[in-house]
Amino acid sequence: MAPVQVRGEVLSLRRLGDYHALTLVAPGVADTARPGQFVALAVGGDDSSMLLRRAFSIYKVQQRGVYGGTVEVVFAVHGRGTAWLSRLQAHDQVDVVGPLGRPFALPLEPVSAVLVGGGYGSAPLFSLAEQLRARGSRVDFVIGASTESRLFGALEAKRMSTQVAITTEDGSLGERGRVTDVLPSLMRRAGSEVVYACGPMGMLQAVSELATAHGAVSQCAVEESMACGVGVCMTCVLPVVGDDGVTRMVRSCTEGPVFAGDRVRWADVGTVPADTWGAPAGGQA
Amino acid sequence: MTRMRITTRTAGEAELPAVDMSTDLAGAALPSPVLTASGCAAAGRELDQFMDVAALGAVVTKSIMLKPRSGRPTPRMAETPSGMLNSIGLQGPGIDAFLEHDLAWLRNRGARAIVSIAGGTVEEFTKLAQRLRNVDGVTAVEVNISCPNVEDRGQVFACAAAPASAVVAAVRRATAPGIPVLAKLSPDVTDIVEIAQSVVAAGADGLSMINTLLGMAIDTDTMRPALAGVTGGLSGPAIRPVAVRCVWQVHQALPDVPILGMGGIRTGLDALEFVLAGASAVSVGTAVFNDPSAPARIARELQRALGDRGFQRFSDAVGYAHRTEPEA
Repeated sequence: MAPVQVRGEVLSLRRLGDYHALTLVAPGVADTARPGQFVALAVGGDDSSMLLRRAFSIYKVQQRGVYGGTVEVVFAVHGRGTAWLSRLQAHDQVDVVGPLGRPFALPLEPVSAVLVGGGYGSAPLFSLAEQLRARGSRVDFVIGASTESRLFGALEAKRMSTQVAITTEDGSLGERGRVTDVLPSLMRRAGSEVVYACGPMGMLQAVSELATAHGAVSQCAVEESMACGVGVCMTCVLPVVGDDGVTRMVRSCTEGPVFAGDRVRWADVGTVPADTWGAPAGGQA
Repeated sequence: MTRMRITTRTAGEAELPAVDMSTDLAGAALPSPVLTASGCAAAGRELDQFMDVAALGAVVTKSIMLKPRSGRPTPRMAETPSGMLNSIGLQGPGIDAFLEHDLAWLRNRGARAIVSIAGGTVEEFTKLAQRLRNVDGVTAVEVNISCPNVEDRGQVFACAAAPASAVVAAVRRATAPGIPVLAKLSPDVTDIVEIAQSVVAAGADGLSMINTLLGMAIDTDTMRPALAGVTGGLSGPAIRPVAVRCVWQVHQALPDVPILGMGGIRTGLDALEFVLAGASAVSVGTAVFNDPSAPARIARELQRALGDRGFQRFSDAVGYAHRTEPEA
């Protein structure tokens, strides 16, 4: 599980709808990567004025092959850092740190699992689906986005699952609405016992609550903004309830990005709840 | 399975020139002049995956307080040109857990630890220093006086000579003789030399400089402050000229006082600027977020830069830019 820092080289960069998929030759990252883990990329080159690493969940890895180990990530252009990534060309160099973070927990016995992805949040779910199926689990997918061009991996999901439900908020593909509109009926039909999800915080909160209401456990990969990705900067924290019932501000890069959905205090993300360990008002401090 | 530790920045992997890189920081003998910076390396463990932390001059640990502390709400960070703002709020486990887990790990790992302490009152600083007094593995104590003084309307200790000196004197008294006490100075003062002189008079064995500058960014989409804490500390290469100036001024006024220099160091040449200005050692902070093996890389680059300039000993370069003799 130990991450490595390598000078990656761009193998390919392709457009997928509104997204970009970047494949880097990054020896050592693929060897230990597990579904749900991420890589942290330095952007802008060695003299960049952008110091903070950009974290992306791992879409695919290839351990061997003509080019050595490769890692592929999916991103949307949001700011200057991702704009720089979108202009990379073959053979350009990118400093890669990974694989980082805690992966999705895999069930010990075969289960019925539903994988829910919002936007390009579905990227880490396909390698997860492969592993679940290899262990004899049933896999269903719910893929959603605001509009068709922002769906990621709908075809791939169809290939890998028993059932797939697609939603778009504008109805341009699949059912009009959100993933949570179709999730309950799919869970009932499939007898889902585990929900895996990755996407925006609001979606994760809703999916986690639905899972609990249906007696299923959930594993949610969060997207918190990070500065370092390796656990030293303390910026990517969110309130999470521990085994001892105590809420702590934990790092999503090291304790996450995958959390048990019922442990995250979703409604309190962005705050420090008063009963948090060490909170200024009340608490244990 | 074998674990590879792949070094990436191998350009210049050629033999390094023979330069004695050992240094003396206020009585602490360090094998390397390059250290981590408080708040940018946790307690070393995470970074040990990417470089050998025992080979660094020391790991300067994240400021620790008496009690566990949750820190501030998010967002805690905003990227700025060649820098960043942070408003973490000193999140940490408290001194007991720090001693049991973090310091113990550093000791077992064979790494030198400079323990940064933070408090809201002189009494808290005193208690922290007392807790460190009979503990093995403390190479030096760094006093983070850039904390709000709860007994003075939250005014930061570091911003006036009297409260800064009061904290330093108390920590010096409570710390074992022979363990250096470094006072970490804020650049947000009118005359940093005045503060430096007063904390040295109060017993500081050395000075760490500089802490972050107070800054602010506004998110133009939400049209609100970018940080939940509104203001934050600015760090990174953007502040390097301010830091070099501070080191220069203090070294000029107090040439015998050892300085641990920091503020935006990203390369060996950046580190060399601080050394030439008068720093006996340097800390690498924000650059670690960009490159988690930066301190090890910077140590190599600094050694090469010194060798290229004809230095056989690191210590000969300390304050070299202040020389007055004419060029040969």
